Amino acid sequence: MHEFSIVQNIIDIVTATAEANGVSKVQAVEVEVGKASGVIREAMEFAWEAAVKGTLLNRSELRIKEKPLVVQCSICGNQYEPCDLYESCPGCGEINPVIISGNELKVLAIET
Amino acid sequence: MCENCGCGEGGGYTIINPADQSHQHGGSHSHDPDHNHEHSNGQSHVHEHDHEHKRISIETDVLQQNNLLAQRNRGYFEAKNITCLNLVSSPGSGKTTLLERTIRQYSSKKIYVIEGDQQTSLDAARIQATGIPVLQVNTGTGCHLDAGMINHAVKTLNPANDSLLLIENVGNLVCPALFDLGEKQRVVIISVTEGDDKPLKYPNMFGSSQLCVINKTDLLPYVDFSVDDFKLNALKVNRNLRFIELSAKSGEGFESWLSWINEC
Repeated sequence: MHEFSIVQNIIDIVTATAEANGVSKVQAVEVEVGKASGVIREAMEFAWEAAVKGTLLNRSELRIKEKPLVVQCSICGNQYEPCDLYESCPGCGEINPVIISGNELKVLAIET
Repeated sequence: MCENCGCGEGGGYTIINPADQSHQHGGSHSHDPDHNHEHSNGQSHVHEHDHEHKRISIETDVLQQNNLLAQRNRGYFEAKNITCLNLVSSPGSGKTTLLERTIRQYSSKKIYVIEGDQQTSLDAARIQATGIPVLQVNTGTGCHLDAGMINHAVKTLNPANDSLLLIENVGNLVCPALFDLGEKQRVVIISVTEGDDKPLKYPNMFGSSQLCVINKTDLLPYVDFSVDDFKLNALKVNRNLRFIELSAKSGEGFESWLSWINEC
């Protein structure tokens, strides 16, 4: 479950920002997770509770903003939101997508 | 397992040199002294709150630290003209056997190996037996190698200029996909005893690799694996993926793999 490492990275980023701003307690953390980022929301939430113990983020809320997968067909240029990367283009039927968004894995902000 | 608190998720790893069994620890997390300070209902005490919530914008990639370290590794490899390959697959696809034969047959460059496993030095011992420099990274509870572990291991291994560094990642088709190690090429290995629909089930891994080695082709007559269906599925998630079919056991198809390394 790599979500634990991901959560650990989020805690490191948030802790550094909190310390730089003289914040001693973080109430909430906003995270952006793309649908094709390879991270599962439920696994992240599961890891969160255990990982934040003993940190400035103890009992903080994890707010996950999901970003849909948007691709552009490199054959016909059509933009669409597929369920999977290998779903064929509804415009021309080919499978040749370029990801426009959906790979994101970002810490957006914290609330103190 | 974190030795400070027994929490089981420290992220700490161990680098073992099978030559002398010396080892180093790294990557353990820090602890707040209030670690176990919790209150159940009824025991709460008064906390002061100023009730002024402030939002601080961060906008940082979660994997930024790993990606920065990966680029540092990449720069080091480029400067020393070291070809670094990251071998990923599910457990049991034959990565270590592929490495053993590669070490026996590849003579163009000096080879170094970094072995990644959750536990044991069994794989490093197999590589050690071939006589080349190898380090084992035990990730503990971690399910993948990361750029920091490779940075640490490479400093110890100190590979020579113009060499080939082969990294055998932890056997797992999910987690290692997200972690750039600084490799020149990522090679996903699949054995014909697995399903030919694997690329559709694990698109991140096949999507992020440049080469796919189809291993154990000597077993093709005995299994239902269709090489054509497999390739079609893999190309659906990565239309630039290249393929090499071989048997690390019999050596069939091995020349293509060795020439591919030379072209890297």
